[in-house]
Amino acid sequence: MKAAAEEIERPGALEGIDGGGSVSVWPSADQRGDHAGFYDVEAVRADFPILGETMHGYPLAYLDSAASAQKPFQVIEAERAFYARDYANIHRGFYVLSQRSTECYDQARCVVKEFLNARHEHEIVFTRGATDAINLVAASFGEAFLNEGDEVLLTVLEHHSNIVPWQLLREKKGIVLKMAPVNDAGEVPLDEFIRLLGPRTRLAAFAHVSNVLGTMLPIAEMIRAAHEAGAKVLIDAAQSVTHTKIDVQALDCDFLVFSGHKLYGPTGIGVLYGKEELLDAIPPYQGGGDMIASVSLERTTYAPLPAKFEAGTPPIAQAVGLGAAIDYVTALGLDRIGAHEAGLLAYATERLSTIKPLTIVGTAVHKASVLSFVMDGVHPHDIAQMLDSRGVAVRAGHHCAQPLMARLGLPATVRASFGLYNTTAEVDALAEALEEVEVMFLQ
Amino acid sequence: MSDSVEIYPKAVLDHGRHPRNRRAIADCSHFAQSDNPSCGDDVAVSLRIDQGNVIRDAAFDGRSCVLATASASLMTELLVGKTPAQAKMLFQRFHALATGDAEKFKDSMEVETARMAVLSGVHAYPVRMRCATLAWKTMLAALENERSQQ
Repeated sequence: MKAAAEEIERPGALEGIDGGGSVSVWPSADQRGDHAGFYDVEAVRADFPILGETMHGYPLAYLDSAASAQKPFQVIEAERAFYARDYANIHRGFYVLSQRSTECYDQARCVVKEFLNARHEHEIVFTRGATDAINLVAASFGEAFLNEGDEVLLTVLEHHSNIVPWQLLREKKGIVLKMAPVNDAGEVPLDEFIRLLGPRTRLAAFAHVSNVLGTMLPIAEMIRAAHEAGAKVLIDAAQSVTHTKIDVQALDCDFLVFSGHKLYGPTGIGVLYGKEELLDAIPPYQGGGDMIASVSLERTTYAPLPAKFEAGTPPIAQAVGLGAAIDYVTALGLDRIGAHEAGLLAYATERLSTIKPLTIVGTAVHKASVLSFVMDGVHPHDIAQMLDSRGVAVRAGHHCAQPLMARLGLPATVRASFGLYNTTAEVDALAEALEEVEVMFLQ
Repeated sequence: MSDSVEIYPKAVLDHGRHPRNRRAIADCSHFAQSDNPSCGDDVAVSLRIDQGNVIRDAAFDGRSCVLATASASLMTELLVGKTPAQAKMLFQRFHALATGDAEKFKDSMEVETARMAVLSGVHAYPVRMRCATLAWKTMLAALENERSQQ
């Protein structure tokens, strides 16, 4: 922890985006080789009760944080304490508990605002998750600004949650979907993306980090190019917000979404960030309580932001838990978390490369700590099943990104993903179990 | 130590690595194909049923995990000599084994049930049920899909 101050001073992922210059380097090359000493991993692991579990008699090696991250005691306790001491429905309560609950909920929004460096708290809308947030933008931005023949530009590596809402809108409004291609390394070449921006492109919506391959997209440049073409931009930060600092003002993105549960927080809570003028300009997503100013049988006027987009009783305790999760990662330092995970990725890449029948899928220059692979002659389901028998939890399948799998010509991959609590010993457990797979299925 | 490995006993690995009857039947009388979109697996099942309504040949083809492959391989071995009605009974027994409900059919087709029991470990892993039953469900579809004589 001695080097902490120095580590925090390291250039963050998104530094330089407003300097008009180079592609953001994440993580920097000097960080990549060094996975020790960014923080005390064992102390961090002690915060996560579930990491002490054993599976089939083996210590749990949880390598599926890209699907959902485990929760630290601080998050579990924040939710428990909120329910035990401060819980009531928010807003309009005349009693002290309701006021306390409302304050806790508002405070969580404040934490998110600081976390993303948004201009205003009311630019932070709580949703059920990233999927819900994208659906909100598709429905409301789509309603206000997208007409027949208008184009929405996505990329081939998107998660289904950033494809299907736009396809639904296409059916409803006759918009045109364009897909920026992915190269063999799993990258979205910037020039190809730019080429697909046209006079009718109203919105570009894309992931910051691929959930399958870990590819880090050059979002600063993509946002700038989209804006030059007159398009608005939505960033799906579900996979990146856990690894790197996000600054929505520096990025200048119009919308950004993420889920709480991948950020070591509760399920059922997510965030939509939107620029104030855009959130003001688009209609409500759902109607109900809390999102109105006044209702008569003839006419309803809507509440100001952010309540306009939060119909009904929101996930209050989950928002409180998300606030605690953000406090947790912020205290640890996203720069240091990113550096630790980059070290694990480098170590895992090296370790798995020695397993002959194994091929790593996705070799982008800039990658987050997601490692997809296949093994010649062994089906991903069988690999994942065998790994489970050794306590190693990974995911196998199409990872909700079938268009990307089709592009790669693979029905499925095995995916190991690393979070702030993973260790090189767990990478070793993965590698050793994969060596067993090789013996069991191939020899 | 680990209950997970029981899903891959030796016999399953053997069928998985050296599947029996993985081929097409040129003069098959019944055929069906299906896939498992969650993993991209696909399997085709072809049967040759003779005039006396007996399955004389059964084969499968396609791309799948060890579990699905072993299940398909074993199935094709067990189908030969059965009538379509018996094939459906076999599936009921397999399904019972794979869902941990084997007691249900204790009294008949004992030999076949014993052979299929190598796959019963799947009952502990509901997510793998689709793998284990893919070929079987395709076989049921094939029974309903008689190819017109050319």
